[in-house]
Amino acid sequence: MGSVGAKDVPILMTPDGRRIDGRRWDELRPIHIVAGPLRQADGSAFVEWGANKVMAAVYGPREVHPRHLQENHRAIVQCRYNMAAFSVDERKRPGLDRRSQEISKVIAEAFDSVVFAEEFPRTSIDVYIEVLQANAGTRCAGVVAASVALADAGIPMVDLLPAVAVGKVAGEIVLDLKKEEDNFGEADLPMAMVPQSGRMVLLQMEGHMTRDELSKALDLGVKGCRDVHEKMKEALRTRYTTTDAGAEA
Amino acid sequence: MSGEVSAEILTTHLLDLASKGKRLDGRGLDEYRPIRIEPGFAANADGSAFVHLGDTKVLCGVKLELGKPFPDTPNAGVLTTNAELIPLSSPVFEPGPPTTTAIETSRVVDRAIRAAETIDLTRLCVTPGEKSWVCYVDVHVLDHSGNLIDAALLSAVAALSHATLPRKRFGVAETDTPLEVVHRPIECTFVRLGDAILVDPTFDEEKAAQGRITVATDETGRIVAMQKGLVGAFSPEDIKEVVERAFQHGDRMRALAQGERR
Repeated sequence: MGSVGAKDVPILMTPDGRRIDGRRWDELRPIHIVAGPLRQADGSAFVEWGANKVMAAVYGPREVHPRHLQENHRAIVQCRYNMAAFSVDERKRPGLDRRSQEISKVIAEAFDSVVFAEEFPRTSIDVYIEVLQANAGTRCAGVVAASVALADAGIPMVDLLPAVAVGKVAGEIVLDLKKEEDNFGEADLPMAMVPQSGRMVLLQMEGHMTRDELSKALDLGVKGCRDVHEKMKEALRTRYTTTDAGAEA
Repeated sequence: MSGEVSAEILTTHLLDLASKGKRLDGRGLDEYRPIRIEPGFAANADGSAFVHLGDTKVLCGVKLELGKPFPDTPNAGVLTTNAELIPLSSPVFEPGPPTTTAIETSRVVDRAIRAAETIDLTRLCVTPGEKSWVCYVDVHVLDHSGNLIDAALLSAVAALSHATLPRKRFGVAETDTPLEVVHRPIECTFVRLGDAILVDPTFDEEKAAQGRITVATDETGRIVAMQKGLVGAFSPEDIKEVVERAFQHGDRMRALAQGERR
């Protein structure tokens, strides 16, 4: 990360507990979710989360490609998380780098844990996530977008999958890091939670925290996920109350 | 497969409509779908534009970096256009290396930008043979409902028209300056359905098409690029006709792409 010119570390936390963009430690950035913006996909969603812009599309259940991945008793979940070349400060080479491949894998596994895969043997549920504008927390925004897209596609699931990152910035545990906090902070802990059970199906961490801090971070993450969950439900309600007003959508 | 049967029926229907001067979505044969352009959509790009062409959605982002000029053109900057037909945008696209369709789309768009001298590349040179600006034009197709070529070039020209040379970020100067756009090429694509030639084909019309032809024009009255694609043929009269139509649509679309500078 980091930009072209070396810069000094910005002030990440003021003495009265305000973060770089004026938020308190437990505040989310503004989140706006649109369900079903794309026509070709079976389900889709667009998420603006702070300065992140992420589009997700879902196709399936459909024929498995490549064929040898097919499973006889259940559907497989495949995910492709990709960043647009222009989504970051320094142009990224197009295509999946190692980071994107890893994120694709953990996201696919997260969704595989919530969809009723046994209902669609020998098929694939394909989840595509495109990061169009990045400002830290893109995998969480991607999970949220993909989850709404899965619901929009009518894929049966245990629950929606809200996600959020918690981190440690200037010694404090804070919710939903933005770019400067991610670059100069001490830890980053993205997670995705099944609201019904409160269990995490995606969890990663980078940096350093004490046991107490981790426990506080998890509590904060659970709370953050619950707030994100509300926004996801709201987006789906908006989508299906407006378009169902006329004939069948 | 039932999909193929329904495609057959749809093709017959589209041909039948076209012979009566009609289209499935109610448009005239020489009518574009509604166009909407949102410049500056991707804030981390040096220039960007989100283009809605009916249900087709593409996003172009421009990134400028300081690099080295090519040895054979030491006095010119570098311009690269890349169009990605990602699997997010359509059930017909699969992950993997670019298909021939993707390569064709990308190259047809690149050719128009290059041939029209959209950017004066010599102005992008900083130190001959050593340092020059490298301009990356990346087009992301998000929803493929037909006519990607026109939408992709429109987004590229709109993104370039609103782009900034990030001189501050690279420590070359104290202030950023707008990227200078010299010409604005526009591509108009037509398909043949029977005897009719339709502009701005939808996905289904492209599938049913008996030949496709793209004409790129600029604001000075030049034709800067052409491409015939798919199986099918066009007579010289057909070609003259589509060129005329391309100029008429081009002027209107150019104004949309240029927009008002932020």
